[in-house]
Amino acid sequence: MYTLNTLPGDDVRQIMWRFAERFDLQMVVQSARQIARGTVATLVAQGARASHEWNEQKGQLLEAFDQSGLTSLFMDPHQGGFIEGPKNLALALVAFELSWVDGGSATCSLASNLALAPIHEKGTPEQRDYYMHRATPPQPGEDREIWRGAFALTEPLPYVGVDTGVLVGKARVDEWKDGEEPVLHVEKRGRFITNMDFAHFVTAAVDSADDRIQGSCMITLQADDPGTFDRGAPTLKMCHQLSSTRDPIISVKVPASRIIGGYEIKDGRIVPNYSHAEIIGAVFHRTRIPVGLMTTAKLLSAIEPVIRYHRSRFRGGEASGPGSPKFEMGLQQKEDTRQRLVDIWAAGEAGASLGFAAARMADEFDPIERQKETLLREQGCEGPRKQMAALRKKQAEALEYVELLFADAPDQARLAELEADALVRFSYLDAVLNVTIPATKLWNTGVGANFLREAISLMGGYGITEDCPGFLMHKWADSQLEATYEGPEAVQRMHLTVTMSNPVFLAALDKKADQLEASGRPGAAALAEGLRSWLWTHQFLASGKDAEGKKLLHRKRQGVSFPLADALCWLVSAISLMDDVAELIEKGPMNPTVAEGLEGLSGFYNDLAFVQVARATGEAGRILAELVYGFAAEGDTAPFAALRASTDAKLAGSRLAKDRASEALAGVMIPEALDYPL
Amino acid sequence: MSYHIVVCGSIVPDPLQTLTPVDGPQGPALKNEMMLPAVLDPWAGHALYEAANLAARHADCRVWLVSLGPKAKLQQVMMAVAQKAPFELVAVDGPASGFTDSFAVAEALAEAIEGIADLDRDKLLLFGGWQSASRGAGSTIQMVAERLGIVDQFQGVDQLNITDNGLEVLERIEGGSWLTSTVQGAPAAFGWATGELPEPPNNPQVGMMNMKTIMPALQKAKPAALGNGFGVNNVSLPQVVRETRVVKDMPVDDIARELVDWIQG
Repeated sequence: MYTLNTLPGDDVRQIMWRFAERFDLQMVVQSARQIARGTVATLVAQGARASHEWNEQKGQLLEAFDQSGLTSLFMDPHQGGFIEGPKNLALALVAFELSWVDGGSATCSLASNLALAPIHEKGTPEQRDYYMHRATPPQPGEDREIWRGAFALTEPLPYVGVDTGVLVGKARVDEWKDGEEPVLHVEKRGRFITNMDFAHFVTAAVDSADDRIQGSCMITLQADDPGTFDRGAPTLKMCHQLSSTRDPIISVKVPASRIIGGYEIKDGRIVPNYSHAEIIGAVFHRTRIPVGLMTTAKLLSAIEPVIRYHRSRFRGGEASGPGSPKFEMGLQQKEDTRQRLVDIWAAGEAGASLGFAAARMADEFDPIERQKETLLREQGCEGPRKQMAALRKKQAEALEYVELLFADAPDQARLAELEADALVRFSYLDAVLNVTIPATKLWNTGVGANFLREAISLMGGYGITEDCPGFLMHKWADSQLEATYEGPEAVQRMHLTVTMSNPVFLAALDKKADQLEASGRPGAAALAEGLRSWLWTHQFLASGKDAEGKKLLHRKRQGVSFPLADALCWLVSAISLMDDVAELIEKGPMNPTVAEGLEGLSGFYNDLAFVQVARATGEAGRILAELVYGFAAEGDTAPFAALRASTDAKLAGSRLAKDRASEALAGVMIPEALDYPL
Repeated sequence: MSYHIVVCGSIVPDPLQTLTPVDGPQGPALKNEMMLPAVLDPWAGHALYEAANLAARHADCRVWLVSLGPKAKLQQVMMAVAQKAPFELVAVDGPASGFTDSFAVAEALAEAIEGIADLDRDKLLLFGGWQSASRGAGSTIQMVAERLGIVDQFQGVDQLNITDNGLEVLERIEGGSWLTSTVQGAPAAFGWATGELPEPPNNPQVGMMNMKTIMPALQKAKPAALGNGFGVNNVSLPQVVRETRVVKDMPVDDIARELVDWIQG
């Protein structure tokens, strides 16, 4: 039996989440942590969450973000930022750190970035320089206000005759003189718009309401534009109160040059270079990762306060004195309290592993995506359909690439050749990210919210009070919003319905199963069988029909595709945790601070991963069994029965792993008090 | 007048951690010391922020932070400290616990300072903590100064002003009073009390600049041979144990009364 000496520190996290060599990111983490456990925690402790209104007290957050560099984190160095290259992992780490204390503060920090993201992804160079520069704190010698942004997509008002397929924003030509820039009249009504109290500009999605404008676009609207820039009423949300949210009503006149990405004039019509959907696709592809990690941070943040509460539960009472088990161990004497906390910890770790893996891969993906855009443009493949057709031609090579990537002794020359092909590499990364990003958003928040409820229940009545250490009740409420915004759970399931059937992803998943089994690590064989069960079920449902002859796996049959997506999320999060634990075991010995307690850490994390595998394969197995048998579909289901039985059998020892992990929890050293106020 | 300010300061375990003395293979240590999160010794922090402030107000000043500590832990702490103020790190790899002899520590620090290539000893202001959060020997800075031949030394410094007459120093003395002294100029040594400056907010631009010297300094940190200056027969926790509690809005009088009761108990 091992001993878990301390809670995992920064050294451990840097190895597991692969930023041990990135001191820029380590500094960002420290900056965000200091704000979270200082300014943010103080605001929460002082009751700042009790108001829907943005006020001076909450304004301290913006000042803290500006001072510590978080405001300029999104920018490149030439724009006033300090991190070169993609920043998905950096933003994910900041969201994680801030949400460790309060999710709303993380939203507040990220919202301006979200407003800038359309400009960053698709804006013209002039638009980028204009807005990015203004959004950074003034440099020495400069005297100017920092511009904040808000992102306004559809957000229709419910019950007033609009539906989510229609943009609540219209653009018309107001004035168009010969040889001059057209002036547009833009009307936008937003709901639930973050940063709206203090936004200097809004990036708004609008539809054409004029024959002289083609389709939809995104456009920037500024508070000083002629017309009405009504910030609207505050949204009466019951969570994330440290972010400003209002329902604005905007009706302004702006030059057409504000159309994000620019436009062309064709046959007397304004043709935006990008539709709003193209821009949003590029933006949301990445920004959903930090949101998922926000709930995960709360889960992991709950571990220490729950342990402290359990240990000190009976101290101060008359029934026990120092030295007695009841005094020293409190509720930790009871197996159930420890084991339930192990479940929470394992789920938190799995979510973090999944989200940070997605963020790292998104960093890798960003330059590849740009290369792909350039290549296809050079080949004359513009527009989504032509691009898809061009990429489809690369699928065979992408599948070959997957084969080589997971091979024990691959043909290195061929692997390098395929790796150098931006379209092949794009196809692979796109296939994986199109699952792991929505999975992060869906699983981390939805399942995470349920585990947060469990964490609160472990604190007894204390858990539902404002005095609960770690603000757990607030965190639980916040997680519900995180499951909703930037695309609610149904949207993520719809996304996965399409992307989980990508042959490149399916091939990678199949290879991963083999790789896991070959690793021989605790729980790996069970997870491998779980993956094979999912792959088998996917194939069965994709080719089969129910007893009434209806197709099973179909976009519109959400009773099939959605649960199948849910099952996949459980499994991919467990894969990520297994990967991170393997990394810790491999790299830990090279770090002197981690090496000291590595035996205990390795043992604990191996057990934690096995616990998560047991839970994940169990949840997935239950869902898959319903799908395979529940529709009375024709076909031989014996292979599934065999796979499921094999998965279950390979869980041998998983409960012993939970016993050991829970025993370790009883001995782990924790700080004397929480490092942020109550 | 420009100054070359050398700040001696290292790391201590995060104050929220439980510090349990144990006997380790190399003598007394703290339980799980390497795994516990660490911070810059608050006394050294005051010295560093005062140094940076002084350097910012006078042209051509330079600031070095000379740290003796386990370099892997130093690196972690630098991720926060490097963002606070501009400085160049000189790292010495060795223990930072309270179980080292201040005489040997002073020797290692003085040797590291003597090795700073660009240091102009005529401009040298030696800064450090008057005390330490790990074990306040209260003698390290004095001995470093002696080894460097600095005879003008001030302890418990809360304020340092550059005036036309030289350096005006506010030192803590007995009875809760301050003593104002003036020294003509460098070289001089200052063991800082709390100073007057708050902890600066993080500035990542400063951090990125500092990292250009910090990472190489950590890589080439030489191990310190601290020897066996003194032996420790045993270590134990204080007899009186205070239970940490979190109480909201407690009146100051009640806090004081509780502290007195605890000390008397």
